[in-house]
Amino acid sequence: MDEIGDFLAAYSTLVGFVGVSALLALSVWVTLYAGQLTLGNAAFMGIGAYVSALLGRHLGTPFPIALVVGALAAGATAAPLGLTVFRLRGVYLAIATLAFGEVVRVILLATPITGKGQGLNGIPPKTELWHIYLSLAVVAYVLWRVQGSTVGRAWAAIREDETAAASQGIAVRRYKLGAFVAGALVAAWAGGLSAHLTFSIEPNDFAFSKAVQILVFAVVGGIPNPLGPIFGAALLTALPELLRPLKDYRDILQGLILLLVIIYLPRGLVTVAQLRRTRRLQEIGAADVA
Amino acid sequence: MLLEAIRITRRFGGVVAVNAVDLAVAPRQAFGLIGPNGAGKTTLVNLISGHLRADGGTIRFAEADVTRSPPHELTTRGIARTFQGVRLFKGLSAIENVLVGRHVRMRADAVRRLWPRAAPDRADRDRAAALLERVGLARRAEALAGELSYGDQRRLEIARALASEPRLLLLDEPAAGMNPTETGRLRELMRALVDDGLTILLIEHDVRLVMGTCERIAVLNFGRKIAEGGPAEIQRSATVREAYLGSEDVA
Repeated sequence: MDEIGDFLAAYSTLVGFVGVSALLALSVWVTLYAGQLTLGNAAFMGIGAYVSALLGRHLGTPFPIALVVGALAAGATAAPLGLTVFRLRGVYLAIATLAFGEVVRVILLATPITGKGQGLNGIPPKTELWHIYLSLAVVAYVLWRVQGSTVGRAWAAIREDETAAASQGIAVRRYKLGAFVAGALVAAWAGGLSAHLTFSIEPNDFAFSKAVQILVFAVVGGIPNPLGPIFGAALLTALPELLRPLKDYRDILQGLILLLVIIYLPRGLVTVAQLRRTRRLQEIGAADVA
Repeated sequence: MLLEAIRITRRFGGVVAVNAVDLAVAPRQAFGLIGPNGAGKTTLVNLISGHLRADGGTIRFAEADVTRSPPHELTTRGIARTFQGVRLFKGLSAIENVLVGRHVRMRADAVRRLWPRAAPDRADRDRAAALLERVGLARRAEALAGELSYGDQRRLEIARALASEPRLLLLDEPAAGMNPTETGRLRELMRALVDDGLTILLIEHDVRLVMGTCERIAVLNFGRKIAEGGPAEIQRSATVREAYLGSEDVA
């Protein structure tokens, strides 16, 4: 047990980041499971981070309430945004959500209250490891149960064939919007937690590269179930730190992992055990995202 | 009448794909829709199922005006369909496909299932399994839809459509690519469904199948309805022969 204690002490920040990454990966999993490629979750994370940090700083709002308000702010942004962007599909949807992320970043850069380019410093370190891991457990459990429900089945149907899904009585736009808002809530919650873990935030923390990183976590881990994104996030967040001695080659290694996974396991690392079924799915052309 | 289309019209650019067509389908009837390629049959089905919006005219289903209803709402009202060329959820198993088809008849259970011991959806699974049995796919329940043979895929699509407990079933060329044995079984299935109280609107190239299944038939050509009547009447109609059967034998 002492070893675990020592490990946590030495790596507690890393362990915290792993949990936050896993939450973020789950936030994008929801939309990917419904077959929608959205890249707005870094921005929702930013909204959660800034709103919760500013509430604590200026109004003295208690930490849990600040987190909730941060998440609700992101959800309230996601709903009208989703109504507009879900007229688009595929790559166009990805670009539209990416553009939204840029808008958020520029607003954060230009607004005095968010500290402009310097961002916010001296955010009180209120996030404990158990906050992160309890959140992760709750979110993963809820998504796992939802996956087996009528909602999860509707998302899968939309991913497989939107027209046919509508024909089965599924209100396609509503279900897509639901997935999008759920993802935004989780991303913002993770953002609030991470802001109070790192002491300082700045607009570029929530920009394009973060959006892509979140997507890569989920894709490398795999979309068939919520375990995939958690696994992918843990691996890709911890690896660079654990491979510090090889740090000149870290990015190369990470890129290599992504390439190998996409080529040989397009449904993600969690599907290693079902390699044959994956091949079969590729043959029938259903392996695009799931 | 269960389904009524009144002067329904749809244009694509300059082409009038469906031109002021009237259609009246009585309950518990097998109604056939035939016509040469490009006659507007599939467009008409897409209008009825809500996948296309009409430019003019009215569609009534069970006494309600449904001209502007979206597809998912029509499914709730009791219209189910299959697609020309099959559109299954290929990455899901056969039984999952049928369960998705039951979507509008299932209680939304996302919240209930958060409780760890929430009862599984056994009643729904049993009904889905019974439907697979009915179309002869009981042993393929766990196979991925994309792995099934073409004939099996067509039958699965019918099971999925039936899962929504429809009053009207739209079948868009269900026999395409089927061999004579499979077509024979399809005809039996359709007759059995009508006997059980279902109404079927059948679009088919296989004129023999339509003549053998439907008690009433409408003929489309260039987006217009050129004839309607019982199989015998249609066979005798000079207009139909001229428009449609020039080189083909209807009997």
